[in-house]
Amino acid sequence: MTTTPSSLQQLPVDRALGSVNGQAPPRAVTARAEAWKRRLPLMPALIYVIIVTQAPFAVTLWYSFRRWNLLIPGSNKFAGLQEYRAAFDDPAFRQAAVRTVEMTASAVILAMLMGTGMALLVNRKFFGRGVVRTLLITPFLIMPVATDLLFKTTIYDPVFGFLDYVLKPLGVGQVNWLGTHAGLQGEDLEALEAAHVDGATTIKTFVYITFPNIKRYMDLGVLLGSIFIVQTFGEVFTMTAGGPGTSTTNLPYYLYEQVFNNFTVGVGAAAGIIVLILTEIVASFALRLLSGLLVASAGAG
Amino acid sequence: MAATTVALPPARASRRWGHQNAWGYFWSFIAWVLAIFLFFPVFWMVLTSFKTEGAAYTYPPRFIFHPTLSEYDSVFSGVQSFTKPFEHSIFVTLFSTALVLILAIPAAYSLSINPIKKWRNVLFFFLTTKMLPYVAAVIPIFIVAKDLHLLNNEWSLVILYTSMNLPLAIWMIRSFLVEVPKGLLEAARIDGAGLWVEITRVIMPITLPGIAATALICSIFAWNEFFFAQSLTTTNPTMSVFLVSSIQSEGLYWAHLAAASTVASLPVILAGWIAQKQLVRGLSFGALK
Repeated sequence: MTTTPSSLQQLPVDRALGSVNGQAPPRAVTARAEAWKRRLPLMPALIYVIIVTQAPFAVTLWYSFRRWNLLIPGSNKFAGLQEYRAAFDDPAFRQAAVRTVEMTASAVILAMLMGTGMALLVNRKFFGRGVVRTLLITPFLIMPVATDLLFKTTIYDPVFGFLDYVLKPLGVGQVNWLGTHAGLQGEDLEALEAAHVDGATTIKTFVYITFPNIKRYMDLGVLLGSIFIVQTFGEVFTMTAGGPGTSTTNLPYYLYEQVFNNFTVGVGAAAGIIVLILTEIVASFALRLLSGLLVASAGAG
Repeated sequence: MAATTVALPPARASRRWGHQNAWGYFWSFIAWVLAIFLFFPVFWMVLTSFKTEGAAYTYPPRFIFHPTLSEYDSVFSGVQSFTKPFEHSIFVTLFSTALVLILAIPAAYSLSINPIKKWRNVLFFFLTTKMLPYVAAVIPIFIVAKDLHLLNNEWSLVILYTSMNLPLAIWMIRSFLVEVPKGLLEAARIDGAGLWVEITRVIMPITLPGIAATALICSIFAWNEFFFAQSLTTTNPTMSVFLVSSIQSEGLYWAHLAAASTVASLPVILAGWIAQKQLVRGLSFGALK
């Protein structure tokens, strides 16, 4: 490719069409070709994601309007909103919905408090800080199902049952503490130094400088944490199987039972759509927040 | 700044607070106590895995005992052998992660370095798919997999894990690509570098560590996944599913469970320690650095 100073501005267009002598084709054609050349690398991933993630939800929505039991041949019939009504009429479903909200809220709040505390603790320079950070991250790296099983098998043990009991919400809270930790790392050091020089107390520094700085990271932790915890399945499946009775059945586990134990596709699908709506309400806030962070952190984009 | 307190050697002094006072030592102590407290169950799991079943159930629990590899033996041989599920998990993890990278790197490129017009919308579209509850999608996936005879087939998990990790990978890799200095790319272009040279000589060397970290994080999620594996594989389980089914048996099983859990977690622990700093980035979709 030959480039002279005069043809420099045209360079991207030339490259797009592979034209050697820099003869400009009609403008509309170049623009469209250029646009497609930019889009091409994106297409495989985009198409893949649409097929694998969007199609199932559309089908779930379709199923939710149908009465369908996998064990009864020919039972697949249009039923309107009947399956939604069946779900809402089922006390087990209502209880599962309440449990889901309770579990999510309590886990997120606990994770938030402990996560922020841990992040603040590790955010100082001290002897062995790297080791402490590694030790704190490790429980998160244990296969979740293994943690659940160890928790289940040792819960009645006076010593180790208690340890695991404390560990559990923390495992969930790792997203939070890691996120807040990252927020603290990016904290404005100069502002802190200035506050220190001005004789501000530690508490004042925290309330007026540290907290406003980490707030959005804490928000992000809460929102992403909620989205993950609403979907909690492995813990319920391995530890309690929804019991005793149905006391720990949340919506995902309810749905699993409807489909894989009772074979009622319609009710399960309706429950799935309700979970979807609940998640999307939280997700819309998370998206707005991430959008803000994206602008703030990558202005270059 | 560091010299405000004479009592402390400057090397010990904290850069942030100017000096380490009594409270500073107190909080450091608390951090250590908390870290050891939270790490203890992990340590205990590994310790128990070297015991015999009998020794695992002694009360009070023993720290000093004759270590044995007998439970590891039974994990890798025996009737309840983990070898097959272990291989199965490795297959699913490797192939799904490879597929994620093949799809994500070009996509991230056209959302950052050579961006399409609506890159922001596309980026957020990918993110929204991550926020859909999997449980709501599993019914049609199960029925389709059943009809295509893909139940108990590792490829059905490869396909699903790829879609599960793809948004995360695109966001992460994009955040690394954005950091490639614009000037460097312009300089290469002015020097007449083609696309291939631009990618192999400029972009790759800068972003390779980030891409490796992305791969590690995707591997962790694929390795640990339980819900789809439980729903779609029964006779051909991955590690997580097999771990759960292996303790349904009666009798003493603590030491066996500890050994199995250690084996199941070890690859992720090692990967996680290596990619420690990148975990934050992965868990927040690259929004936090």
